[in-house]
Amino acid sequence: MIKPKEVNLGGNLCNSIMSRLSLMHSKNRTIPAKFKRRDNRGLPGKFVIVLVFFMMHAGSLLFAQEVEIRGKVTSADDGSGLIGASVLEKGTANGIATDLNGEFKLKVKRGAVLVISYIGYLNEEVTVANQTYFNILLKPDVKLLKEVEVVGIGYGEVKKADATGSVTAISAKDFSKGVITSPQELLIGKAPGVIANSLGGAAGAGTKIRIRGGSSITGNNDPLIVIDDIPLESSGISGMSNPLSTINPNDIESFTVLKDASATAIYGSRASNGVIIIKTKKGTFLGKDQESKMSLTYNGNFSLSAPAKLLSVFTGDEFRALVADRVANYGLTSAALDQLGTANTDWQDEIYRTAPSTEHNISISHIIGSVPYRFSFDYLYSGGILKYNSMDRKNASLAVNPSLLGGDLTMDLNASASWIHNNFSNTDAIGSAVEFDPTQPVKNGNTRFGGYTAWTELSSNDPINGSPNNIATHNPVARLEYRDNQSDVKRFILNGKFDYKIPYITNLKATLNLGYDYYKTEGKDITDTLASWAQREPENQIKEYTQTKINSLLDFYMNYKTELGINKFDLTGGYSYQHFHNEGESSNRAWDPTVSGAKTTPYKNEYFLISFFGRLNYTLLDKYLLTATLRDDGSSRFSKDNRWGLFPAFAVAWKLTEEPFIGKSDWFNELKLRFSWGKTGQQDVGGSYYPYIPTYTASTSGAYYQFGDTFYSTLRPDAYDANLKWETVTSINAGLDFTIWDKRISGSIEVYKNTSDDLLNNIPIPVGSNFSNYLLTNVGSMENKGVELGLNVTPIISEDFSWDFGINLTYNKNEITKLTLVDDPEYTGVSTGGITGGVGNTVQKYFVGLPARVFFLFAQVFDANGNPIEGLYVDKSGEGGSVAGNELNKYAFKSPDPDYLIGISSKINYKDFDLSFSGRISIGNYVYNNNASNRALYQNIYNQSGYLSNILTDVRKTNFSTAQYWSSIYLENGSFFKMDYISLGYNFSSFFGNKISGRVGFSVQNVFTITDYSGLDPEVENGIDNNIYPRPRTYMLSISLNY
Amino acid sequence: MKKITFIAPVLLLTAFLFTSCVKDLDVEPIDPNIATKNNVFTDESAYKQALAKLYASFAISGQTGLGGGNPDISGIDENFGNYLRQYWDLQELPTDEAIMAWDDATIKDFHYQTWSPNDVFLTALYSRIFYTITISNEFIRNADEAIGSASGTFLSDLKAFKAEARFIRALAYWHAIDMFGNVPFVTEADLPGAFFPQRITRADLFNYIESELKGIDVDLVAARQNEYARADKGAAWFLLAKLYLNAKVYIGTEKYTEALTYINRVIAAGYTLDGNYAKLFDADNNTSPEIVFPIAFDGQNTQQYGGMTFLLHASNGGGMPLYGIDGGWGGIRTIKDFVSKFDITESNFASTTQYQGSDKRGMFYFDNSTWQWEITNVSTFTQGIGVTKFKNVTSSGGAAPNAHVTFVSTDFPMFRLADAYLMYAEAVVRGGSGGDISTAVGYINALRQRAYGNSNGNITSADVTLSFLLDERGRELYWEGHRRTDLVRFGQLTNGSYIWTWKGGVKNGALTNSYRDLYPIPINDLNANPNLKQNTGY
Repeated sequence: MIKPKEVNLGGNLCNSIMSRLSLMHSKNRTIPAKFKRRDNRGLPGKFVIVLVFFMMHAGSLLFAQEVEIRGKVTSADDGSGLIGASVLEKGTANGIATDLNGEFKLKVKRGAVLVISYIGYLNEEVTVANQTYFNILLKPDVKLLKEVEVVGIGYGEVKKADATGSVTAISAKDFSKGVITSPQELLIGKAPGVIANSLGGAAGAGTKIRIRGGSSITGNNDPLIVIDDIPLESSGISGMSNPLSTINPNDIESFTVLKDASATAIYGSRASNGVIIIKTKKGTFLGKDQESKMSLTYNGNFSLSAPAKLLSVFTGDEFRALVADRVANYGLTSAALDQLGTANTDWQDEIYRTAPSTEHNISISHIIGSVPYRFSFDYLYSGGILKYNSMDRKNASLAVNPSLLGGDLTMDLNASASWIHNNFSNTDAIGSAVEFDPTQPVKNGNTRFGGYTAWTELSSNDPINGSPNNIATHNPVARLEYRDNQSDVKRFILNGKFDYKIPYITNLKATLNLGYDYYKTEGKDITDTLASWAQREPENQIKEYTQTKINSLLDFYMNYKTELGINKFDLTGGYSYQHFHNEGESSNRAWDPTVSGAKTTPYKNEYFLISFFGRLNYTLLDKYLLTATLRDDGSSRFSKDNRWGLFPAFAVAWKLTEEPFIGKSDWFNELKLRFSWGKTGQQDVGGSYYPYIPTYTASTSGAYYQFGDTFYSTLRPDAYDANLKWETVTSINAGLDFTIWDKRISGSIEVYKNTSDDLLNNIPIPVGSNFSNYLLTNVGSMENKGVELGLNVTPIISEDFSWDFGINLTYNKNEITKLTLVDDPEYTGVSTGGITGGVGNTVQKYFVGLPARVFFLFAQVFDANGNPIEGLYVDKSGEGGSVAGNELNKYAFKSPDPDYLIGISSKINYKDFDLSFSGRISIGNYVYNNNASNRALYQNIYNQSGYLSNILTDVRKTNFSTAQYWSSIYLENGSFFKMDYISLGYNFSSFFGNKISGRVGFSVQNVFTITDYSGLDPEVENGIDNNIYPRPRTYMLSISLNY
Repeated sequence: MKKITFIAPVLLLTAFLFTSCVKDLDVEPIDPNIATKNNVFTDESAYKQALAKLYASFAISGQTGLGGGNPDISGIDENFGNYLRQYWDLQELPTDEAIMAWDDATIKDFHYQTWSPNDVFLTALYSRIFYTITISNEFIRNADEAIGSASGTFLSDLKAFKAEARFIRALAYWHAIDMFGNVPFVTEADLPGAFFPQRITRADLFNYIESELKGIDVDLVAARQNEYARADKGAAWFLLAKLYLNAKVYIGTEKYTEALTYINRVIAAGYTLDGNYAKLFDADNNTSPEIVFPIAFDGQNTQQYGGMTFLLHASNGGGMPLYGIDGGWGGIRTIKDFVSKFDITESNFASTTQYQGSDKRGMFYFDNSTWQWEITNVSTFTQGIGVTKFKNVTSSGGAAPNAHVTFVSTDFPMFRLADAYLMYAEAVVRGGSGGDISTAVGYINALRQRAYGNSNGNITSADVTLSFLLDERGRELYWEGHRRTDLVRFGQLTNGSYIWTWKGGVKNGALTNSYRDLYPIPINDLNANPNLKQNTGY
């Protein structure tokens, strides 16, 4: 038996009415209510059904005993009337759809049961007794809402079901409920192919996002972020660790991650690392309902963060014993003993704290006249666990969505303003706290350094008030007390999008999009003269900076849709103009105005991007889909000859479930096969605005040269590459989207290969050929191959109990295929991965045939007991001699990038309670433990200039005395499982009568980490673990109220 | 028709809008600190500023003071990538004059003589040498262009500027021929771009440097007549003399007679020995009459952690007196083998930390309660003997001019008269004509009388042997960046007969392979430029 098909009735009246009727009947009869599948019908379809039912039952209706009832169907979510909700007399075909106000009128038999249903809401049943007016509240069906119907694809939208590219949508319902200060955090662990890592634990710290491994070696690997149709500037801004934290995460409606070239090619030259489209919440258009209820939402939370793990160092007593032992048994100079103090100070304890954070957000959504709007105000105070570190943000945003000319002109106007105050504190204290001698007290009664213990020069012969020892560790508490590093940032984003339906031509629409992103920062970094480190460069005691960035945008495009028989065309063509302006200055001076050397360094630059683009979506028979995209991009960063880049992409998709041989069934709800090919580009050359133009840079004060008695500012010719051009990425992608088992399981599988060519690469060039030894030029190729799997499963769904489970798996393999202009088998790669310890020491390399940034180290030799032998390595080259002096003995070890990344999330609803968690498994990411290689060394205990340093207790594992930076012993498998958050909530719908609904919740963030890695945290940028601000564990109470 | 009448003006309008906007892609820098080639040389002062960059290239490694921020070269920390700092390291660390305690990358390999072609410090110096050559070429091209239309003093100034740029280039090429041998070769005829410079043999490069230095003689300012710190005829003669003196090493042909010709010109030019040896290394050494060519530093105006700031800080620590700096970095000190050339032993420091023998040129520090004479652990700065030769105070002990607690004002005496005296003696001993042994003895005794303060240290012509000259050069010129070149010329850097503490990477010293008399071509450049060949042995 062929299972009845579910047919999309919206907008397509070609299908037989009878098949719909049979569907309705069979559906009502055979499927239990709790498995009621998602009804995909649009409004016209509903009317048709209702109409048909009327016609069929017209006769019987005349003879029944009837009562006329009236009522209104509203959403429990926001109290708005639901238009076109179906009101059915149970067991009959008698029913009607609600009108524009959500109201209905219906004649039914006395005692009948009404079934009220609406897309995305749980069905409601009421019995008709004596009552004739019904106020019916429908609760949203959480399971169904998670699917975003329509996804943004850049200069337009497409139904998710019709998307031909690799597109992952994440909506507000999927967001983590932890302390979220920036939009990127919402993406952590949520989407296959997207690796998002927070960059440490500081308040407002950034998040690094890599989509499909990153396409560039030294170029920018950040995805393009588009907020409400404004592509943002990628580079950062001074005085703000994360530019995106100016955006209020509460305002975000959804993310759409575009991954393959078919999806991203419309953004051409900025799309090679993927695109993240962020849509903010809008005022809702509810038709002409003047009395629509105002929706008022409050979200608030309070949280406490505490250090989750600290580095293990020796206590004061242990350290005294250690120094004595080294002097007695290992030849350490007895001068070290003279410097020991009597205190027991836990310096890490002195600098960290349990930090409070709080956030309050109010949003109003309503209509003025006939104009819907949404206004939101957010206040966030985020405290860092390092004393004084905090971020304070006020954000106001307004979305107004008027429509004019009878709906022909719709406008989408957004204004958002943020005022941010950062107190960066002094992160130098983190390293100092690990190293500062634990036998010294916080204060030692000196008068020169405000009492804070400081190491002094041996030669000054005054251990308390002598000249500060500049190479010694500085007092961690003084680091915090004597440096005041704060900034104020303002950001305004204005955006106006105008959609105009061209009269006389059906389905022709013109869109004008104007954007303006203004960003200004002012910062001060002041070091008190009492600080022991303030005297080394007195002219740096007061540092101030300002920066202004302006990004303005004009897009104009037209869209035409038409149907010719079985063919559907959707054609978009347009033009985009974007200008980026950046200017600012930094200055420094001494407290003492007589100290010379103060200077101000101004800078100013700009670039332009101009593009023409077009896209055709063609659909045949509603099951074969084709998308062709072309973008012609011009960038002012390249010379006239190389300026324009053409980026084409094609994609085809086949909706298998539309084929009779598979068909839609309870088992296969939807199956779609996709294939795409395309090219995208990269023009982001970092700080270079004029990399093809020969320029001269004048030297600033302090970099003058003396002729006679005069000091001259010098003029330097800068290196340039007149032939610089686009980096291009060719990507192919195959994907299968599926929704199976009565929509209980949905997901997609993707296989892709991205090939980056003409990499924008800063490489060593032949000396003598240009004005530097390195030059940004187009050289090299790289491949990223991978598989992604995203799965959303609903194992249980019932009225009282539901369980949603999401898992996403990413496998990515990165390989450099070319690094040089000429093929050279002898080529020994490019060093990278600078570490802390010494200067110029690197532990990673780029090699052809290996992943980017493989570790490049000596293989440690161990003794019979398994202990490492200091300085002894495998003689790989067989040349003998000093093994450690011969680079040929180094091995290319593992890569810092994980082989597999698995994100898991789960949400359980039981009655009014919800419990959710989200976690990540990272497999095969290797970490170089730089904290150990640099700080777990007996050598560090005493410095010739007369100071002691604490070392890590990790030293017991290696027993190394001197630095062995390139020992493979410091390379560790950093695979981990992290429980990012667990959240428990209670939902209430009737508070103050029925007027207020909401949720109270408790959540823990950074709950636990399971790993074999011996350091602080295996989640580190580029695989080198040094001095990172530890990620705190955070406990949060939250409440949200909806009126 | 309605459709067309509506669409046509829209299309026309947008077409107009788009084409006018496309022109915005033609940008010119809007930053007031960035000039383009089209508008940089608007007046004479711009040429002088561009010339100053060539000289500054030896002193600092970028366009920003206070430790940098806008470096000239990449691949190394800006302050490490300083020309003078790495020149000093590569000339002194492999020798008996200096040993380094730090763990920075492969820096210990220099004293051990185990460096490899991918060494970052070696690469940095090589890159800086060629960076200086490349920007000199650019200057010469620009000066040539301007000379065509210049007149009066502008013309004569430009000619001198250009001659100085050629001197700077010759100086950098001399470092290249001395340390790296057969290197890439570019002149003002090679425009900047992406190309593979040709390799030049040591012999051809020798001829080129020689002809350049001779060729600029006419345009250079007369000896001692130029502004302080700018090169004059004296500097060019000095460099030519250095080239000839080492000709046997570079091209296998002796040129001691030619060396004497130019040494004589230098000596005749009117430079005089400074009455106070110590002043040559103090913060007021810019007023010394002995210095022929310095690299200028200034605490307030020429600020980086390379150059002399490095030399003074890195050689301080372990309780050594500070002499105008704010603290020591505990890196470089000397070894007992070198100190013994002054007849100084550990016991001399029994009651003082700053013993000076009768030869006052030996300026050492040793604290017998905390320091160790023998170096058992190279990483421990206080093993070995501290050197206090360079100071950031004036010769009278006052504050340095434009004093800064961190950045020093002491200039680096690259060429000075005393060196010419010793070169004279050596060229005579090695058989060059144009000089005689009695004059040589007179020159050496002039230096020794200054050193001893009396004639007790005077020698006779019988004492003037090659091994005496090598030791005397060490005593007079130690830590001034000559030692590696000298040891190579005397056949003692690698295998000869002379070993010293930790030579060859072993505590008591060992001979090393003679191919290490030349540094390797850095692997980065071998990879980038297929025209190059690695030096023998690497």
